[in-house]
Amino acid sequence: MTARNSRGSPFAPHTDEETAAMLEAVGVESVEDLFDIPESVRFDGEFGIDPTGERELRAEMRTLLGRNDDLTEFLGRGHYDHYVPSLVDHLADRSEFLTSYTQYQPEITQGFLQALFEYQSMLVELTGLEIANCSMYDAATALGEAATLADRVRETSGSRILVPDLMREERRSVLENYTEGAGLAVEIYPHDDANADLEALSDLVSEETVMVYAESPTVRGTIEEGLEEVAALAHANDALFALGSDPVALSVLEKPGKIGADVVIGDAATLGLGASYGMGLGLFATREGFVRQVPGRLVGASTDAAGERTYTLTLQTREQHIRRERATSNICTNQAWVALRTAIHAASLGPSGLVDLARECLEAPADLAERLNSIAGVRAPVHDRHHFREFVARTDQPAQAVRETLEEYGFAVHAIDDHLVQVCVTETNSGKADALVTAFREAAR
Amino acid sequence: MTLEYTQARWNTEDEGYEPLLSEKNETSVDTDDVPLPDGLKRDELTLPDLSEPELARHYTRLSQMNYGVESGPYPLGSCTMKYNPKFTEDVAAHPAAGVHPDRSPESVQGTLELLARLEDQLARIGGMDAVTLQPPAGAAGEFVGILIAKAYHESRDDERTEVVIPDAAHGTNFASAAMGGYDVVELPSGDDGRVDLDALEAALSEETAALMLTNPNTLGLFERDIEEIAGMVHEVGGLLYYDGANLNALLGRARPGDMGFDVMHYNVHKTFATPHGGGGPGAGPVGVVEELAEFLPSPHVRESNGGSSRAERSDVRYELFEPENSIGKVHGFMGNWLVLIKAYAYIARLGDPGLSDASAKAVLNANYLAEQVEYEVPYGPFHHEFVASAGEQDAADVAKRMLDYGVHPPTTKWPELVSEALMTEPTEIENRRSLDQLAAAFDAVAGEDRGTIEAAPERTTAGRIDQTEAARNLRLSWQALDDDS
Repeated sequence: MTARNSRGSPFAPHTDEETAAMLEAVGVESVEDLFDIPESVRFDGEFGIDPTGERELRAEMRTLLGRNDDLTEFLGRGHYDHYVPSLVDHLADRSEFLTSYTQYQPEITQGFLQALFEYQSMLVELTGLEIANCSMYDAATALGEAATLADRVRETSGSRILVPDLMREERRSVLENYTEGAGLAVEIYPHDDANADLEALSDLVSEETVMVYAESPTVRGTIEEGLEEVAALAHANDALFALGSDPVALSVLEKPGKIGADVVIGDAATLGLGASYGMGLGLFATREGFVRQVPGRLVGASTDAAGERTYTLTLQTREQHIRRERATSNICTNQAWVALRTAIHAASLGPSGLVDLARECLEAPADLAERLNSIAGVRAPVHDRHHFREFVARTDQPAQAVRETLEEYGFAVHAIDDHLVQVCVTETNSGKADALVTAFREAAR
Repeated sequence: MTLEYTQARWNTEDEGYEPLLSEKNETSVDTDDVPLPDGLKRDELTLPDLSEPELARHYTRLSQMNYGVESGPYPLGSCTMKYNPKFTEDVAAHPAAGVHPDRSPESVQGTLELLARLEDQLARIGGMDAVTLQPPAGAAGEFVGILIAKAYHESRDDERTEVVIPDAAHGTNFASAAMGGYDVVELPSGDDGRVDLDALEAALSEETAALMLTNPNTLGLFERDIEEIAGMVHEVGGLLYYDGANLNALLGRARPGDMGFDVMHYNVHKTFATPHGGGGPGAGPVGVVEELAEFLPSPHVRESNGGSSRAERSDVRYELFEPENSIGKVHGFMGNWLVLIKAYAYIARLGDPGLSDASAKAVLNANYLAEQVEYEVPYGPFHHEFVASAGEQDAADVAKRMLDYGVHPPTTKWPELVSEALMTEPTEIENRRSLDQLAAAFDAVAGEDRGTIEAAPERTTAGRIDQTEAARNLRLSWQALDDDS
């Protein structure tokens, strides 16, 4: 009777003999005697979940996920598929990284701490701000955290958060959920040819404004050209200016810190994760003066008993395990491993690789838009701006019908309004651009 | 029987540490040929510039200077650091899983079916009627629970201002309630470490929106009066929230829904599978009773041709919809999808007997280890974790010394009900030999003098780290290190 646990969890390593000896040591007859649960709430049923062998389960999962259609995606709008080198998987999957948790004991987790310190440092270079935390969930929740940070650091009382009408409504919904408890109101300012309408914004911003938010690239792929003016309008009213972006775009765009951004949020998983059904990595960088109000974890340099350089989580008194309801945020489990992936991906590209990738994100949509524009019944791009990764096209045919026809040809694009289609092109799908143009010609007919 | 252990330490003779990427090689690249006007683009980008072999070596060295569950025992109380089977990683890496969240529902039927199946599994396990998978972590799930409670009360024109939370609860409970705009009413624990019904009576009122409870609680104790507690909360019109952090102790023995909880979150990365990844990602699905289903986050998955029998699964179609009075969204897209795949695969792998056995072994292990350690272990009987007291020793120092014995120490100094707390959760993955090694580490430290303990650790990559210096002289990037020199 030394068989290992043949009918229970395959990951509980006890032999039956061991189990018996342990029960004896504890002084009970059966494991059930250890459950101190009143009879009235004991569950004596079954979940009705059959155990499945690993081999069978892998086959079943292949079949299940195989129900997803094999489409070439020209989709973006806040979630982007950049090629992730094999190096990232192999290094990030090393089990010492993958199977560890938060670095509560820094002496034994120096490796992860150094990797997170390096991640923070890369974001400092990309954003031009002095500090970055070592991850939030995604861009939408990071935006929510930015708004509550603005509310905390702003000296005069105010309650308005201004956001562009051209942003994902899902992102705005998350922001509203994050800010409602703090008594903040989210208001919308209009756009002008897919950039902030500065005149309208100037009328809207007031001393009641806590934060003005803008995105570049915008959700329509346009590069925002009035960021310095937006920053100036915010600052003239003692409001914070928050910018949404991502590390690939930031590789070539002017440093947000230089043009007045107080907070940069975004999805950093544009590097490191690829298409993952919206899973992300919240980027959060801000000015040094706000450091004690920053949400989430921060890794700092220190020294150990021998005087050597080391790394540790720092300013933990901001966090919920110490400050509880007065914490800067409730975030505990974050996206640290995705941050590791992003750092490895960024390091593998290096500065020239990043600039090359970003250049392709500028050139590929310009090329594709020009080709679609030559199709009768299609105008592209709709907006007279510089584009990054994606652009909007107007179709004479209803956008939904164009989208559906393209899907029949094996391509996925966004239909964003009655006659507006949005197309995202990066290095992962540019090789299929010819085929898309051919299909588009049919779909737009 | 203690482990002999020395952690790797990579360093150069000159520097005494593994150089940062930026210290190995850094390059500035200009953006002259980037097709953007000067006002919109940066002048240059300065970042590390290393070859693939150099990077492979850098990150391999860093991994060797890091301790995970696959390095050795990791009994970090309340975090449920268990082994995660390898095959779940392979399943999540399937190319067909790598889809864009804006795909039409018709074109991602596999993804939607998996989400629906996982919702169904979790509903059964929790005794809940409906589940959302959107929250990306446990604390995010708590926040969703709070938002749902708020939406529920508001829908009845019943504005409430308070959330009641036991003093020993996870800090995230307090923070999540505050983020929802509620005042926190702290509930002092009774002498037996459980909810004191008189104190609860005093804390509850017409202002109570919800009571947030962990069961078994953070001391590892089952709240035996749970039905009475639920009755009292419901009596004043409040909702009962279940913090799923300790659900690993109950699988197949009790279900939150049956105990009277109205809303709960699951930490799928704790109870089921997903390696914790150095601090995440996790996922914190939220389950609710039927009355609250209309408030769940949007979008939600359902069968589009309704009511088909399970046998005809492959013919069932799925769609996304917005629940009638949805609180809206709590994540930009659909949450941590790759984590959810792993949770589904793990639950399906174990099934009823495996899940039940996991709890059995987790509870047996905690009780066995509590029996072996020399430190005093107050309260009891325990479920999957226990809190020992380091007594005259400083729990934080004890933890540092335990590192030298090749084990990760327990959570320290919390909950505060136990002085110099060592909150220990071995989980089901340790067998007797490994638990004996853990106990030996505890006992070795218990017998050591203050000087030895305060000088620890000495076998880890770094010696004792100066936390005060890190906070006083903030250096949060390599740029800040440069400024310093």
